[in-house]
Amino acid sequence: MKQSISAVGSSEEAKEKVRKYVDKFAGEEGNLIMILHAMQSDEGYIPRELALELSLALNISVAQIYEVLTFYHFFKLTPQGKHNVVVCLGTACYLKGAADILKSVEENLGIKAGETTADRLFHIEVARCIGACGIAPAVKIDGEVIGKATSEKIVEQLNQIKAAEGGNGN
Amino acid sequence: MAIDLERTKADELARQVKLKATFKVCVGSGCLSSKSDILAEKLRAIIGGRGLSGDCEVKLVGCRGLCAVGPLVRYTEKDTLYSGVTEGDLEAVADDISRMPCGGKIVDTNSSFFKRQEKVVLDNAGSINPLRIEEYIAFDGYFALKKVLGEMSQRDVVETVAKSGLRGRGGAGFPTGTKWKLLAEAAGDEKYVICNGDEGDPGAFMDRSIMEADPHKIIEGMAIAGYATGASKGYIYVRAEYPLAIKRLEIAIEQATEMGLLGENIFGSDFSFQIKLRLGAGAFVCGEETALIASIEGKRGNPSPRPPFPTQSGLFGKPTMINNVETLGNIARIIRDGAEWFASIGTEKSKGTKVFALTGHVVNAGLVEVPMGMTLREIIFDIGGGVANGKKFKAVQTGGPSGGVIPEKYLDTPISYESLAALGSIMGSGGMLVMDEDDCMVDVAKFYLQFCVDESCGKCAPCRIGGYQMLKILEKIVKGRGEIGDLDKLEKIARAMKTASLCGLGQTAANPVMSTLRYFRQEYVSYIEGGVKYARQMKKG
Repeated sequence: MKQSISAVGSSEEAKEKVRKYVDKFAGEEGNLIMILHAMQSDEGYIPRELALELSLALNISVAQIYEVLTFYHFFKLTPQGKHNVVVCLGTACYLKGAADILKSVEENLGIKAGETTADRLFHIEVARCIGACGIAPAVKIDGEVIGKATSEKIVEQLNQIKAAEGGNGN
Repeated sequence: MAIDLERTKADELARQVKLKATFKVCVGSGCLSSKSDILAEKLRAIIGGRGLSGDCEVKLVGCRGLCAVGPLVRYTEKDTLYSGVTEGDLEAVADDISRMPCGGKIVDTNSSFFKRQEKVVLDNAGSINPLRIEEYIAFDGYFALKKVLGEMSQRDVVETVAKSGLRGRGGAGFPTGTKWKLLAEAAGDEKYVICNGDEGDPGAFMDRSIMEADPHKIIEGMAIAGYATGASKGYIYVRAEYPLAIKRLEIAIEQATEMGLLGENIFGSDFSFQIKLRLGAGAFVCGEETALIASIEGKRGNPSPRPPFPTQSGLFGKPTMINNVETLGNIARIIRDGAEWFASIGTEKSKGTKVFALTGHVVNAGLVEVPMGMTLREIIFDIGGGVANGKKFKAVQTGGPSGGVIPEKYLDTPISYESLAALGSIMGSGGMLVMDEDDCMVDVAKFYLQFCVDESCGKCAPCRIGGYQMLKILEKIVKGRGEIGDLDKLEKIARAMKTASLCGLGQTAANPVMSTLRYFRQEYVSYIEGGVKYARQMKKG
């Protein structure tokens, strides 16, 4: 069975990558989610090629992998933008106007939550709660939490990133 | 070789006593967002520049609770707490070592925010460096584990926990001692203890702060649970959205293993225990026990019908017990200070303390720990400092998407599992959201319901279809197109969901709608009677 699917054409590189993740959690029962976490942490998302290769390595069906990938919000199936903007819409943030901030971000970048700009520079994401309720509303840009956020503050920061990226595009 | 706890404790205390000044810089998630780690480095450099490095320590600590005015720096020897510290303040803070405290940004540590709290689970939070196991040991850490292994039988431990009256802090309030007993009596050589750190409730960060500020407390609690129930393996299931908690737990597990506090033959006994981390991936339903187990097994987080209960057949089909982070955080103190001590705190049926994430429109937003039985008014107004911006109080929401709102007339209710349930809300995991006069209750109800609809796993029809239909009705109402009969429909669907849903998510998803209907029905009626015009007005407000 292994031969037939690999005939689809996984690269040696993909095989090598998958082997690394599988070895790390080898022999541990129920390791699929941990492997996917490690993969996404390096790749930024789960490329289809790696998912196919993983199904061979773990000897489980591709459907089983995608069942997990599509169930959990955390896993991404497409590449994200270079800069990731996460607007928390947890209850505390929502009460303090996070929806307005999201709107400003969407307007500034010209895309909706969950989308990536055409130049792959920005991606907007909505979080359910990042646990920074004490300093709500919170926005996370490239992993850094900005507490007590306002539309002005966030838009300014986005403009700064744009300016920094400006001349050389990506 | 068993570790000599007394020696480690004495060494660490001796080291600390020699210090002339200890600055504790909060690096909980809240303060860290104001780059408190960089502040700490700079403060260290300033102190070093003055040639005082030998006598002074700049220590990174977990959450002190007052997140609203972070970043916080505490000068321990003089008990001065600085708030809103910026780079420009650091010279003045360092001046403190030789002079009197500088004015301006000092928080009164005698204020009721600090004095009215009672810290059991959070006793070390904000005072020890979570990355150094020695500091946990210096505050009697792992002495409870040593005590149970050396002096207590498994049955003694279970009985002590039962006698303390501790109940599950994840929300439902199931007696912890009973749960431990069920696992201890379950047949089988292989059993599991799981720590549920999948804090998915939006508006809650209690468990996150505990794991970040005092990770060893969770490890010790789990090891004691393992000994008491005959389990030799533990899993901590943490949200992937909490990278800092994950990192600190990883380090803590490593340190404990190195010191022989986890692993084979702990303290030279027959007891062996190991802990592994498993990450969640953003699914609220995984807070439900059977769904959480499925997730650790690497599958979709679908809940399954109970029985069989996890203590009969859980992880990989083996007897399994799941305890919440805060629940486990109580264990070491119960063993050290006794069941009677613990049972002396709280109300008749709700013992001990509860940690709340006090958020929303409240002055002192942050993390608080109070004895059970304190009234909501005391928590929100004495500790929380009341409603922010001089607005009027409207309601407080407890229990997140599974809970409900409580209006002003019930603010003098002493908190306990029973009293909150009687008001149509729940204790929940500890989210406490204050809403002011401008907050629209219908909108809040819709917000929570939307959350549950998004998070429904779709397995059972009452939750999948019922939630969606309720949401459609609410959307119609807030657009000003509702009919008065819609309110009856909402109630009817809610009853069906409560009765027929498979797991806690569906059974409680309608609670926010039901409780707002119970106390603020007029707001729904206004939308319906006032039509589009009223709805527009609310949107502007």
